[in-house]
Amino acid sequence: MFLGGNTLSRNLELLDTFSKILRDNAAVFANKAAIREKEYGIWQTLSWNDFYNNAQILAYGFKKNGVKRGDKVAIVGDNRPKLYLTIAASQLLGAIPVPCYQDSAADEILYILDHAEIKIVVVENQEQVDKVLEVIDRLPKLNLIMYDDSRGLENYDNKSILPLSNILDSKDKVSSSWVDEEINKTSKNDIAIMLYTSGTTGRPKGVLLSYNNLISVAGKACEIEKFSVDDEVVAYLPMAWVGDNIFCVAQSYIAGFCVNCPESRDTLAIDLREIGPTYYFAPPMVWEAMLTQLMVRMQDAARVKLWFFNYFMKVAKNWGNAILDKKEVPIWGRLLYGLGYIFVYGPLKNNLGLTRVRIAYTAGEAMGPDTFLFYRSLGINLKSLYGQTEASVFVTLQNDGDVDPETVGPAFPGVDIKISDGEVLYKSSGVFKGYYKNDKATKDTVDSKGWVSTGDAGVIDSKGHLKIIDRAKDVGKLTSGKIFSPKYIENKLKFHGIIKEAVAFGDNKDFVTCFINIDLQAVGSWAERNNVAYSGYIDLAGQDEVYDLVEKAIYEVNRDLSKDGALSASQIKRFLILHKELDADDGELTRTNKVRRGTISERYGELVDAMYNKSKTCHITTEVVFEDGKKGDISADINIRDLEVHFSKEKAA
Amino acid sequence: MIKSQATEKINQKKHQVMRIQNVSLSFGGLKALIDVSLEIYQKEILAIIGPNGAGKSCMLNIISGIYTPEEGTVIWKGKKREKVAPHNIAKMGIARTFQNIALFTGMTVLDNILTGRNLLMKRGLFYEAMFLGWARDQEIQHRKKVEKIIDFLEIQAVRKVPVSRLPYGIQKRVELGRALAAEPELLLLDEPMAGMNVEEKEDMCRFVLDVNEQFGTTIILIEHDMGVVMDISDRVAVLDYGRKIADGLPKDVRTDKKVIDAYLGVG
Repeated sequence: MFLGGNTLSRNLELLDTFSKILRDNAAVFANKAAIREKEYGIWQTLSWNDFYNNAQILAYGFKKNGVKRGDKVAIVGDNRPKLYLTIAASQLLGAIPVPCYQDSAADEILYILDHAEIKIVVVENQEQVDKVLEVIDRLPKLNLIMYDDSRGLENYDNKSILPLSNILDSKDKVSSSWVDEEINKTSKNDIAIMLYTSGTTGRPKGVLLSYNNLISVAGKACEIEKFSVDDEVVAYLPMAWVGDNIFCVAQSYIAGFCVNCPESRDTLAIDLREIGPTYYFAPPMVWEAMLTQLMVRMQDAARVKLWFFNYFMKVAKNWGNAILDKKEVPIWGRLLYGLGYIFVYGPLKNNLGLTRVRIAYTAGEAMGPDTFLFYRSLGINLKSLYGQTEASVFVTLQNDGDVDPETVGPAFPGVDIKISDGEVLYKSSGVFKGYYKNDKATKDTVDSKGWVSTGDAGVIDSKGHLKIIDRAKDVGKLTSGKIFSPKYIENKLKFHGIIKEAVAFGDNKDFVTCFINIDLQAVGSWAERNNVAYSGYIDLAGQDEVYDLVEKAIYEVNRDLSKDGALSASQIKRFLILHKELDADDGELTRTNKVRRGTISERYGELVDAMYNKSKTCHITTEVVFEDGKKGDISADINIRDLEVHFSKEKAA
Repeated sequence: MIKSQATEKINQKKHQVMRIQNVSLSFGGLKALIDVSLEIYQKEILAIIGPNGAGKSCMLNIISGIYTPEEGTVIWKGKKREKVAPHNIAKMGIARTFQNIALFTGMTVLDNILTGRNLLMKRGLFYEAMFLGWARDQEIQHRKKVEKIIDFLEIQAVRKVPVSRLPYGIQKRVELGRALAAEPELLLLDEPMAGMNVEEKEDMCRFVLDVNEQFGTTIILIEHDMGVVMDISDRVAVLDYGRKIADGLPKDVRTDKKVIDAYLGVG
């Protein structure tokens, strides 16, 4: 399993497009599993051979339906084998797949389908078909919708809406010489995929990535992590996200490992346990939610179990990381850890489906050091990476045995990093080919020497590890002239399990204030244990006891900040708990759950004003969009609370 | 360019599956149903509505054959139906869900739905007990069918969870699943949305419509939520004090004076 022979022996100079790799995989890995999907309660497997054959049939079918070299094929849906097949088939034909976020509202889909001039869109199910139909009148170029799951679509009497099975089950004989000819036409500088970045500001931009971008980066990552055909990964993150295209497509092709598609979103936890992936990626939010849930459930455990858990978690904290990093550990430390493994860590990992995880990644946002070290102390090799769509993911990656939770690690092999005016710049073989139909944005992002601006402010520490501080444009100043970094403060707040999301204000203001979203699960469970009655999020968020709880958390954050010379002025003086959870459907978060500052300060302008005019409460009415697209209003009287700040060393001066 | 509308449900040629003629039923002095006639057509969704005590559940019980009318006749698939023994009701191809949930709470979702297949298991006690050959094949077939229903109702995540641990809305869905497992021609739903929140109701509506559309099952439902009734049913029959006072398209029934009087009281 750790030999990784298959990855090293592959000649990626020759196999320089996905179609070529796939053709080779069908010969080399033949009957090994390529992709699995749980359906009707059973895992159904497609081997590399099947996958290649199906990709050929689908490509031929697409061609018959008028898809030509350079055309774009949009894909909307959860991770399904047939949608991955669509990517493979499009690439075989020299067409460019354009996966879209499956949760996008109809007008977000409209923008992409229109901007990318899509002629054929392949979707998962009725929900997505309906979404496309909603905006079809504004898409004169679109002439075919294909779908995977036919449920509810039988009576759509429309000749332009067809099931994929029409093509896949057809008896058409695909000539192998035609396939070879098509595959040989693909070359390494062709565009492999176009991904729309969600963007915290403005319209999404279409990032063009070439085969060379993806294969060079993914190949190197496979080499470093020694991925082989025996690895397993669960594909559950959006197909429109660049990570999925590296972890579950490019790396799976190169190393030959199997990609497992969960039965549905709700069954992910069960499916993880059944598959036991060896390679696992999750954004910090997922890791944190997992930990919160675990801690909440432990509160209900029997006392003996709780004692065992607490005791051995202390042992893990002391020795777990050192053992994982292969450092020297006294023999009794190892013994205790071994016992802990039998009683606590092993069963726990099994319960989370992480028993076999060899490599785990997190990226996208900062992760609390406590959460990070918790997983590492269990023996899960969790590492941070820093990446961007424009870089084909990897810019930095932490190395085995050298993991500092405060940084995102050293530059990934083949990547050059420099800091200019506080902003992180990089250069690598993974750097994208440009934004689709947006030369101006491309020129703004990539300079003439090939350095890409990340828009992130960061520093490089003495060991050469990169530390990300904030979005460069978000870093501001208080009226006193002291530096103000909202993200830095928000992250510190979010490291507390009870705080799910935070938005800090302070640029050009006298002091710092913040909005808080509580974590319903964690605070709900706390409320249950403390006899605090509540009817829902709004009710719970407004309770004095909850304010007290949050105040305590902020008090600790302020104490931390007070010790941090430059940032001691950024202590939070006032806060409020928002009456609703920030939501991507309302435009407050991006589809990858990043805070959209502009939108939030606009929507909640009254609240921001109230924070700075000494009001104690503020009434607000907010329009919300429900899951079915209907709109409604919610309103609440929100309390604002003042906080004592800590004296800092500077204040004395 | 693609047409923006999915075409309307294709109009089925109307084919009667059941005709109820001048049925009356009373309990002692209480007249539950008085001279009610009702036709049920294939593949339609028929809603029976009315104020409390109007005789809706009685009507369902007549249709399912639990009650035998004192007067009048029930014609099922062209033949007059005599008194039926309870175990023969399900064999007729009629399945139902109940106003209050009637599941086996200690059993898993999967097992509960499997019980709906009971009548279709035919291999005999010996084979079943030994789990040999035929019985095994049969079990696989039934499990397949049940898995399709689980997939259909989107309850994969709770497949192996005991029913008692599930929220009410999901339990209702499991109950629908069990009724579907019997592959009925006629499905009776007694207040399928009662006690549900808006989201659960919307889900349930979609399932009812999908069952009707995909399996071609004829559905009769009793429901108090007028929004739901008007949205999903093809036809609405209104009962009041045991009499049928209206029967027609939702839009016609909505404006019928007698119906408005029955619901709002005569001024």
